[in-house]
Amino acid sequence: MEAIRQLGQYATLLYHALRSILEFSTYRKNLFQEFVKIGYESVPIIMLTGAFTGAVLTLQTAYQLGADTLLPISVVGSIVGQSIIIELAAVIGALVLAGKVGARISTELGTMRVSEQIDALESMGFNSVTFLVVPRVLSGILMFPVLYVVAAVMGISGGLLAGSLDGILLAAEFMQGAREFFFPEDVVFGVVKSFVFGFVITSISSFKGYYASGGAEGVGKATTQATVLSCIYILLSDFALAALLL
Amino acid sequence: MIEIQNLSKSFGENLVWENVSFNILDGETLAIIGKSGSGKSVLLKHLNALLYPDQGEVIIDGHKLFELSYTELRKIRQKFGILFQGGALFDSINTFENVAFPLRYFTDLNELEIRKKVEKALEMVNLVGSGDKPTSALSGGMRKRVGLARAIILEPEYVLYDEPTSGLDPQTSQEINDLIIYMSEHLEITSIVITHDMYSVLQIAEKVAFLDQNKLSWYGTLEEMRSSTDSSLLDFIKASEYQI
Repeated sequence: MEAIRQLGQYATLLYHALRSILEFSTYRKNLFQEFVKIGYESVPIIMLTGAFTGAVLTLQTAYQLGADTLLPISVVGSIVGQSIIIELAAVIGALVLAGKVGARISTELGTMRVSEQIDALESMGFNSVTFLVVPRVLSGILMFPVLYVVAAVMGISGGLLAGSLDGILLAAEFMQGAREFFFPEDVVFGVVKSFVFGFVITSISSFKGYYASGGAEGVGKATTQATVLSCIYILLSDFALAALLL
Repeated sequence: MIEIQNLSKSFGENLVWENVSFNILDGETLAIIGKSGSGKSVLLKHLNALLYPDQGEVIIDGHKLFELSYTELRKIRQKFGILFQGGALFDSINTFENVAFPLRYFTDLNELEIRKKVEKALEMVNLVGSGDKPTSALSGGMRKRVGLARAIILEPEYVLYDEPTSGLDPQTSQEINDLIIYMSEHLEITSIVITHDMYSVLQIAEKVAFLDQNKLSWYGTLEEMRSSTDSSLLDFIKASEYQI
């Protein structure tokens, strides 16, 4: 029963957000601030995550293929490149951002709720959903695909570097393999995924924070729920998108 | 004028109060008193539709508050300024920007005009030169004064004060009381003050509404309160250690 009530509340929040999306002047300033917080400030962690994912995947792929494989060694580049583009850059990046971006959003909005800052906005005649939720969700939708591209580039670079430094394959061999199995539609699939993950993380975190109650403990609970739910829905939507689009 | 008609509110199975009815006339200062947990702040939030009742009406200048569309409600809300208990200052911006906030979104004033108005408001609440301070650097009393400056910056018709003197030292409480009196007398603002501070009530209020035992237990002028024989009201006042 509680789950249905929360689902209704979430749908209502999204409906109000969608209805006020044209009130651009109200959230313009906040939108640009969120571009910086969600996009620019996430670049270092996304670069790090992407690079190490690619590097580890290269070493593991070479290990799994073994020394006596009949396949050309450039296949390591093919496997790593395609895995990064189709799955890992989007999903690993999103799981990391569920912690970084999602936790920040739910904590920020939760604190604003319990310290009556959201009431203060409403009492002045502001639409607090337009002012607080719309820029966060919109920024997530727009910035996550950019971060996905960064993660993918870093993942392939990390794989290439790890492969050559470990003496597994030459950079040229890695790139040859990666190019052979590079399909532009895989990138489109990754972008679509990151677009959905951006929406999932920012909308769930905004919802949990916006309706937080019960002081510091309530904000902590909202943040934990936001992070856990974001991770669960990232995995579920990943599966759904794979089943639908591949 | 604010008309409160047969208002009832529960949270789950917990009844806050029922059938609360009284009017607040233009220009008057009403104090809503009662013990902690008697639902004073809940009642205050109904006057601005921050909470909705289980039944009953709040009518603001002829408009039934709970029947308005959200767009209409936002216009009515602009007639109000609210001083929240903890100030409810936006901690992502400094003191000046907190006070300037409503001006930036609801007026066409240029930067110079905004600066003049904000400085005047900060001067009114004795906070000249504090505009650059982050809100985290403000004391409890300063936060309330900044909240008050923000509440009145758009020159509202009604100001709602939620426990304006709670947690403050006597001197700062007196400053807040003086400000409420000043607003009422010089800016012709209708004031509704939630408090359990009887010293404040005796200084600022013209009328008093007493919430007790899940209802409006007593309502009248300050003079009527002085001569009241209502036992629960007298017990509350006696517990406050003030002689009336």
